[in-house]
Amino acid sequence: MLGTSKTKLYISNKKAKETLNGYIFMTPTIIILGVFLLLPILFAIVLAFYKVQPLGEVSYNFRGWKTFLRMVSDERVWIALKNTAEYVAIVVPIQTILALTLALILNTRLKGKTWFRVLFFLPTVTSSAGLTLIFMWICNSNGLLNSFLTFIGLPTYNWLGDPNVALKAIMLMNIWSTAPLFMVIYLAALQDIPETLYEAATIDGASLWDKFICITLPFLKPVTFFIIVMGIIGTFQLFDQSYIFSRGSGGPNNSTLTVVLLIYQYAFRSLDMGYAAALALMLALVIMIVTLIQRYWFKDQKLN
Amino acid sequence: MKRFYWIKGSLYTILILYAIITFIPFAWALSASFKPLSEIVAGGNNFIPQEFTLENYKQIFSQEPLFGRWLFNSIFVAIWVTGFNLLFNSMAGYALARINFAGNQVWFLIILVVLMVPGQITLIPTFLILKSLGWLNSYQGLIVPNVVNATFIFMMRQFFINFPKDLEEAAALDGLSYLETFFQIVLPLAKPALAAQAIFIFMGSWNNFLTPLLIVSDSEMFTLPLGLNTFKGQYISYWNYIMAASMIFTLPALAIYAFFNRYFIQGVTYTGSK
Repeated sequence: MLGTSKTKLYISNKKAKETLNGYIFMTPTIIILGVFLLLPILFAIVLAFYKVQPLGEVSYNFRGWKTFLRMVSDERVWIALKNTAEYVAIVVPIQTILALTLALILNTRLKGKTWFRVLFFLPTVTSSAGLTLIFMWICNSNGLLNSFLTFIGLPTYNWLGDPNVALKAIMLMNIWSTAPLFMVIYLAALQDIPETLYEAATIDGASLWDKFICITLPFLKPVTFFIIVMGIIGTFQLFDQSYIFSRGSGGPNNSTLTVVLLIYQYAFRSLDMGYAAALALMLALVIMIVTLIQRYWFKDQKLN
Repeated sequence: MKRFYWIKGSLYTILILYAIITFIPFAWALSASFKPLSEIVAGGNNFIPQEFTLENYKQIFSQEPLFGRWLFNSIFVAIWVTGFNLLFNSMAGYALARINFAGNQVWFLIILVVLMVPGQITLIPTFLILKSLGWLNSYQGLIVPNVVNATFIFMMRQFFINFPKDLEEAAALDGLSYLETFFQIVLPLAKPALAAQAIFIFMGSWNNFLTPLLIVSDSEMFTLPLGLNTFKGQYISYWNYIMAASMIFTLPALAIYAFFNRYFIQGVTYTGSK
């Protein structure tokens, strides 16, 4: 009897000690996540239903569901969504295929592939602010692009001033900087495919192309789905490039307006924080739903 | 055999072409930063400046007296953010992996949920919270909200879960407390994970544009990307200055990447396959 109660006491002591230590280790995380993440998330939900006046003394007026109705009839929301859709339709397929192609090449036994991998990654580690400025410098009216065109005898063009080109330039820049990131993810996935499968296929007389279609592609399905979803989410979150490119206006003629840029404009230019928070909330919901679908699907694939 | 060489040759051609596409914009920007304005305006396509000058780099510091301050702000903020993240994320990751405290599962679940919440939702509330704390336009405002990171807490937890237990058991027999064990025994052995984390966090902070844009309006408190954006507005068409300034901003990040790219690739692979 005495023995068991002693053990119990020991166990409860140990448990108390572990709990105390656990919270000592967790305190900074709990405070920061609480104040700058969990609280803001709740705050954002509340904000979405209020009209907030952020200058001087901050004031709140309840507005309810009207904010959400306003979104549907807001022309600029539709323009931002249209730009995003156009962006997804062009950027996501190109960067995925480019990433896969480069990964397949780098997965062969070529010499010097590490060097190529390191080099390709340069745009990915460069900040979007730096990249945008470099791109603007190349595309400006007496920049490298135009001198190259003159050199090969083609007419020059004012690239940055044309609404049809502005978004394309940002797209190109994004493909260039994100494809290498996805390439590395593809490379890791390619290295996980068991070598024995290819060996068995070779014995059965399969060609390179057969092996690619029947072994490589099915194995890459989950990671491709992941990459596409990441690409779409990245597109929805586009901001820096548009902001720097258009000095925060989304121009020329709304052609570089993105959802996040719109949220920024409503919150910090029109000072309509409630409406901006509601837009941010919708954006977050869309992204979370897409992520959840991807997670669910990915898990399914892993089990099979 | 001939066919084999032909394939190899075309693969190398693709790689080299793509390498050129990747490299040219950087080379062109670097070259512009060493050209005088006259050569920029003339618009030649020579990569090697006809008249090599360091004047642009000197000029940006004297024409824009705040440039040095922006550089300092960026370094200062990035170093503190990185230091705090290494410490706090590792501590939290360790607690979640190794200490069986009441609420362990709940906090791990919260971390997993937080991982999925996109950052944009917190932008406006964080702005209002910082405003009410009086932390807009301050180093606290730039640093404190970013001192922990759910992604890396998760990464450190996975790292510590696979960590051999014997050392900690030996430390417990020697009577070391949890904190002593963590700082004296566990942390020194976690160097590879810490290195990957440090690079990602430092670069993230260095390159961050959106949050400083919201938090800082006073030009003295600008970080480099914000400064660069203003600078571009003031010196539009002085591309020699803008490119010199961009190089000061870009090259440190590229240098860090060049030195530590092994950890970098590991980190990306890790985030991709988690």
